[in-house]
Amino acid sequence: MPKNIFDYIIEDRLPFFWCEGCGNGIILKSIAQAFADLELEPKNIVVVTGIGCWGKADDYLSTNSLHVTHGRALAAATGVKAVNPNLKVVALMGDGDGVTIGGNHFIHAARRNMDITAIISNNFNYGMTGGQYSGTTPEPSFTATSRYGSVEPPFDICALAKAAGAPYVARATVYHVNLLERYIKNAIQKKGFSVVDVINICPTYYGRFNKLKSPVEMMSWLRDNSTMKLEDGNIYNNRFAIGEFVNEDKLDFSTKYAQLQNNARKLSVQLEQDLSGK
Amino acid sequence: MTQEIKFLQGNEACLEGALKAGARFYAGYPITPSSEIAEMASQRLPAIGGVFIQMEDELGSMAALVGASMAGAKAFTATSGPGFSLMQENLGLAIMTEAPCVVINVQRSGPSTGLATKPAQADVMQARWGTHGDHAIITLCPTSVQECYDLMIYAFNFSERFRTPVIFLSDEIVGHMREKVVLRDDIPVVDRAFPQCEPNQYKPYKAGDDKVPPMAYFGSEFIFHASSSMHDETGYPNNTSQNADKVIRRLYEKIYDHRDEISITKEFETEDADVLFISFGAAARSAREAVKMLRSGSIKAGLLQINTIWPFPDEKVKRLALRAKVVLVPEMNLGQIINEVIKFSCGTPVFGINKVDSTIITPLEIVNKAKEVLQNA
Amino acid sequence: MKTRTEIVLAGVGGQGLILIGKIIGEAAALYEGKNAVQTQSYGVASRGGFSKSELVISDEEIAYPEVMEPDLVLALSQQSYDMYRNKIGKNCLLIFDSDTVDSGECSGKAMGYPMTSAAVELHSLKNLNMIALGILSGLTTSRDIFITGFPSYDSIRKSLEQNSPSQYRHQNLEAFEHGFKLP
Repeated sequence: MPKNIFDYIIEDRLPFFWCEGCGNGIILKSIAQAFADLELEPKNIVVVTGIGCWGKADDYLSTNSLHVTHGRALAAATGVKAVNPNLKVVALMGDGDGVTIGGNHFIHAARRNMDITAIISNNFNYGMTGGQYSGTTPEPSFTATSRYGSVEPPFDICALAKAAGAPYVARATVYHVNLLERYIKNAIQKKGFSVVDVINICPTYYGRFNKLKSPVEMMSWLRDNSTMKLEDGNIYNNRFAIGEFVNEDKLDFSTKYAQLQNNARKLSVQLEQDLSGK
Repeated sequence: MTQEIKFLQGNEACLEGALKAGARFYAGYPITPSSEIAEMASQRLPAIGGVFIQMEDELGSMAALVGASMAGAKAFTATSGPGFSLMQENLGLAIMTEAPCVVINVQRSGPSTGLATKPAQADVMQARWGTHGDHAIITLCPTSVQECYDLMIYAFNFSERFRTPVIFLSDEIVGHMREKVVLRDDIPVVDRAFPQCEPNQYKPYKAGDDKVPPMAYFGSEFIFHASSSMHDETGYPNNTSQNADKVIRRLYEKIYDHRDEISITKEFETEDADVLFISFGAAARSAREAVKMLRSGSIKAGLLQINTIWPFPDEKVKRLALRAKVVLVPEMNLGQIINEVIKFSCGTPVFGINKVDSTIITPLEIVNKAKEVLQNA
Repeated sequence: MKTRTEIVLAGVGGQGLILIGKIIGEAAALYEGKNAVQTQSYGVASRGGFSKSELVISDEEIAYPEVMEPDLVLALSQQSYDMYRNKIGKNCLLIFDSDTVDSGECSGKAMGYPMTSAAVELHSLKNLNMIALGILSGLTTSRDIFITGFPSYDSIRKSLEQNSPSQYRHQNLEAFEHGFKLP
């Protein structure tokens, strides 16, 4: 049955609580659009969220959802997926949630190749707690906890995901909405761990601290600093390479585990026979 | 059907009990002295269609249990001190989301990494209060291999019945001890109550009189929200103070209102005991031996063995302490459960027998202390 | 009257003491209808370092799980021999590997057997535990050093078979039988 975004977003719960100019609404709409385009049944979707502004995204969804502790969305999602591989499991995390406090779960979910889609709203700071620096804050940005400029190099989420073995890795920005929708749809369709690093704007904190005061200024900043020439992108220096970086086929955890279960059934019978001396 | 009798380690019996109770998901991180449980789970679970997954740490293990539980599986993990500390975070998640699961802590000597292969009973208060915020918790302590098996089934039953994590507080002695165990079939297995309403009427945190909400699973016709943050019956956020009060009280009362159903204790010769021992886990075994030794020397001693340590069996302690001349609490720590005993001892003098040298308290140490305090009583 | 039979199996990690403890305990518990508790003490190293397996066997329920006054001690290293030689009662048997242990004064009845050389001659040092198990079984079967509660030859043999994977079963039984004849 054809679907639209309001089969997934609860209209009554709008407007979003996010600040004016925040890109989270754009990302959430893109996700709902991807669900609709793929005609997914809400009962078969589990959205797992962590803590942060983006971690509140499930408040607006009519799918199943599991809102967990800070950084643990992928670990909880791993439990859901391992028990029922038929569920479409989508983890929504911010840059703090996904690759800072939750960095260990992120690389291991990628390594394990769990069939989970991770959509990271990457706004370079902790919005919910007042704009402190995160593991993706570009150097030398100014934040509530780096008033003299951050001296820590940031993670390139896509490079990290690729190195950890994720079979689908893409980056878009909230300015490039068509691209964003397409990548999210591709990621959801991918069997295996898929990552979409969405460069988002936080005019309230990151923008205000870094001379990008209005949403318009921030959007222009995304437009002017994004490139689809990968060699031209340098996230460490506020140049955002956007595009699909990895798109390959690789057996996911659940497929391999089902095979393991078959082997275990046969082997455990043999083992019992061996021990009973037959 | 004849029941199998085996000679097993406590840790192995825990796994047998878990499988009997219907456990089908294990997520964990290896740690001495609990690793046998993970190793056996990794062999046995996939052969019966279950899943074993070795997570990157205990934070993730505990989070994965919550996910698995919400997807409909009976889920468990096993760990020891350092890992149990990491699990506190998402133990709270399991309490708040009301995700049934069982966490085995085979206690070892601490603090921190301490003595990895040596026993202790020093996580009693951590089990009660380790995760932040007001909450109730169910904690079971085995003293024998048979109890590892039996109480593990009860641990799952309580977790399912009350939609709550249950802590199974074993120790290195009981975990590694081998004894005869009957893999009995006569303990009925309890499953979580599935909602009886229409799917579109389902509210995941709406409870009836018993304060335990029926539980659907992800992928069923019943779509639901589960949340770590304060939520109302719908699972969606509700930050009013009335709601917070209601939720926190219900989470507490759903366990404390049913403490008679949860409380498991055993009494040995308590009827006429002048000297009452109150103990749990490995130390309770020594106390039982001490009862025999004292009785053979005509001193009326008895033991209250606590298997359900949380909620604490305060009524039982009151009743028995009132009749005794002295109460002694042997425990392999510097005094944890004794403070609970003192609260309910009704004026009867209470003495601790504490040992933290990473060896079991011996019956003779208990006998000597009992004689000493009796003399001064 | 003493109702508990208490056995200590002591040596070095990796010698397989816990396995023979399990075999004896299982023999008593499953094939002779007794109660048995086996406990162990070990360090962080899988190989080397002091390792000990203890057994309590009784017709009655066993409350305290560890050994209080041993009736039988097996010592497969100098350290374990020295640990027990002056601590045991006069009726306690202290059985040691005379190839690796320098025996000294003992408060009980110490008896040495060349276990290491027996194992090596038969197959390899890996069979040391089975040789030792055979010796214990042989000793306790002879009437003059009867130890109440130690399982019979038949029970031990059955338990040994149950606890040996098929590829090692033959070799284990061979070493056990070899040890059985040594005393």
